[in-house]
Amino acid sequence: MEKFRVEHLNFHYGDKLALSDISISISDRRITALIGPSGCGKSTFLRCLNRMNDTIRGARVEGRVLLDGQDIYARGTDVVELRKRVGMVFQRPNPFPQSIFDNIAFGPRVLGLEGDLHQIVEESLRGAVLWDEVKDKLKQDALGLSLGQQQRLCIARTIAVKPEVILMDEPCSALDPIATLQIEELMQSLKEEYSIVIVTHNMQQASRVSDFTGFFWLGEMVEFDVTERVFTRPAQRITEDYITGRAG
Amino acid sequence: MARDTFEKELATLENSLLDLGNIVDLSIVEAVEILRKQDVAAAKRLIIGDAEINRRRFAIEADTLVLIARQQPMARDLRTLAAVLEIATELERIADYSKGNARIAVKLGTKPPLKPLVDIPRMARRGSEMLRNALMSYTRRDVQMARAIAAQDCEIDALYDQIYRELMTYVISDPRNIEDASQLMWCAHNLERTADRVVNICERVVFTVTGDMIELDDPDDCLDGDEPT
Repeated sequence: MEKFRVEHLNFHYGDKLALSDISISISDRRITALIGPSGCGKSTFLRCLNRMNDTIRGARVEGRVLLDGQDIYARGTDVVELRKRVGMVFQRPNPFPQSIFDNIAFGPRVLGLEGDLHQIVEESLRGAVLWDEVKDKLKQDALGLSLGQQQRLCIARTIAVKPEVILMDEPCSALDPIATLQIEELMQSLKEEYSIVIVTHNMQQASRVSDFTGFFWLGEMVEFDVTERVFTRPAQRITEDYITGRAG
Repeated sequence: MARDTFEKELATLENSLLDLGNIVDLSIVEAVEILRKQDVAAAKRLIIGDAEINRRRFAIEADTLVLIARQQPMARDLRTLAAVLEIATELERIADYSKGNARIAVKLGTKPPLKPLVDIPRMARRGSEMLRNALMSYTRRDVQMARAIAAQDCEIDALYDQIYRELMTYVISDPRNIEDASQLMWCAHNLERTADRVVNICERVVFTVTGDMIELDDPDDCLDGDEPT
């Protein structure tokens, strides 16, 4: 089932065209990886999916981004509600300087979500496979956790507001290999409930975790296909050159 | 180039594979010549020499796995290394068939031969030629050539049938010929299997280049009355 449909998306930073005519369908409850060299537009594209680029001066979007059939760039779209539905995890873990509990409870409190807050916190931490490690120290400062735990905390914080899509912008680039594998395992369990779109520089990671892969090159999506095919027999020469380390 | 190291190590690996191919290729005709000349001592040397072929095959396998682990190849590079593993295995099996034929030479010894060997050496020469060309199609990444070589398997199959029929006439005319005739049938069978392995190598060439895993030994292709040349 389709979660996002992007149609002829152009993105301008002032005079610069950063994304050109991107059309793609992102499946529900699947992991979609976006790969490509630095500056190719993959993070810009990711941020178009929950309008994180809105605040950039001179930024302009053309085309349509449909979430469950509704254009998120349509006039009158509630951007706060959009970002609740489409959450984001960033490159470096960015917990608030608060307790573990308050980090997770932050979103539900701000959004006034109904339900038992303790239950939401526990469910979110369990969902992020962090509960067993922190259940006895929920009042402790989140910054005392390891980087890998902090990133899982950020994922728990994201799922605490019950999103439908999780965007991940190089979520493992600051983590060691074990913490990276833990996040990757976590992604596999998260995709049972959420659609995930991940930007990664690590092609092995893209090939390990994702169901679909899109390859960006100079602001264009050159190839989009099931991951297995992209990494074994890509259709485009430039994709092959990039993933075999001969371009980019 | 960003992949110089990989390219260099792959070239070394492919050279080892072609060296192995060369040795195995020679063994096909050599084993049958030994049989024809009833050279039991040479047959025993060939049997012992198979251990070296096995050693080379394991070395190629180990080097390929190291290259995969260290360089993490993708797409065509990954297919190439998968093909190297497969081709090394096929070569080793072909060498086993040659060893089998050398064993038959030992078994038949120096007693008067059942018949002069003509078609079996011809089969061996054709098989050897197919292997040589298949390895060339691999180095050239030539899909068309690989397909053409695979199609030649029909000739080998036809030769095998012809040898089988001929040997059966010897058995029917004098049942005491059963033992020697069946040994020669095994020899022809080994050569027929050798050609089948060459077809597998051709399939790997197609896979390396196109990513398509296809069977090139469709028996229906041989139904148009292909005759041995």
